[in-house]
Amino acid sequence: MEIIFNVMGNTLIAELLGELDHHAADSVRQRIDSALDNYRAQNLVFDFNKVTFMDSSGIGMILGRYRKMGEKDNNMAIVGCSKPIRNILNMAGVFSIIDYYNTAEEAVEVFDRKEVS
Amino acid sequence: MGKELKVQLEGILENQGLARAIAAAYVSQADPTVEELTEVKTAVSEAFSNAAIHGYGMKGGTVNMEFAFTSKDTVMIKIMDKGVGIENIAMAMEPLYTTDTGQNRSGMGFTVMESFMDRIKVDSKPGEGTAVTMIKKLDTYYGI
Ligand SMILES: Nc1ncnc2c1ncn2[C@@H]1O[C@H](COP(=O)(O)OP(=O)(O)OP(=O)(O)O)[C@@H](O)[C@H]1O
Ligand SMILES: [Mg+2]
Repeated sequence: MEIIFNVMGNTLIAELLGELDHHAADSVRQRIDSALDNYRAQNLVFDFNKVTFMDSSGIGMILGRYRKMGEKDNNMAIVGCSKPIRNILNMAGVFSIIDYYNTAEEAVEVFDRKEVS
Repeated sequence: MGKELKVQLEGILENQGLARAIAAAYVSQADPTVEELTEVKTAVSEAFSNAAIHGYGMKGGTVNMEFAFTSKDTVMIKIMDKGVGIENIAMAMEPLYTTDTGQNRSGMGFTVMESFMDRIKVDSKPGEGTAVTMIKKLDTYYGI
């Protein structure tokens, strides 16, 4: 799986490309964690628009990052999931703790507004 | 039925993509919808990764997969390992239950299999291995 990182202000956007399975998850986890450290990002957006396959490894990957970031005062969002991926994340109740937006720009806007208020 | 397929794969995570590609190719014979194909691939991915991760503790071992159509639109998939086996099957199948001590597994593999397939049966004995049998009826357009 490829990851393209983008930074907008305090937010790190991780655009995932390809198939996210138990085999890919280990390295995805490591690359996101080191990018979070390198950019000293406060917020994290997972962009799933170009993810063609995901199994339960995705739940673990997302919730693991959530736990890691949750220790500080941070925001997280998920954008652009296909229906089957949204289904899987829903089964684990991921969207009851992490917000879903249609685009990364929308998520960043919400983060910015939170910071101002 | 005359369409059975038996495949033997090494139970390592590198083969997870191959396992679901084989499942997709087999099920495609029945003209499933795109959504059904994704569901079957995901369920196979879960069962295969469990064999590699839990059954064989990431050290490898043989995984056998069997595919059959029990009727023209119903597929049966069986995934078997000869790994450590499961002590308490009912508990293992509970949502969020995992024996993983790290932070990386959600314990949702069986829940995903259950919700994407119509039926699932798990046979397992500690020390002998695990067999996961899954059945799904497909909304075929043309039959086979
Ligand atoms: N083939 C197997 N051999 C031995 N134990 C298994 C096997 N499959 C599942 N288990 C046991 O059942 C538990 C639950 O499996 P399940 O797939 O639901 O969750 P997980 O693999 O722990 O996490 P996830 O799949 O969400 O990453 C596992 O933690 C493991 O203890
Ligand atoms: Mg699993």
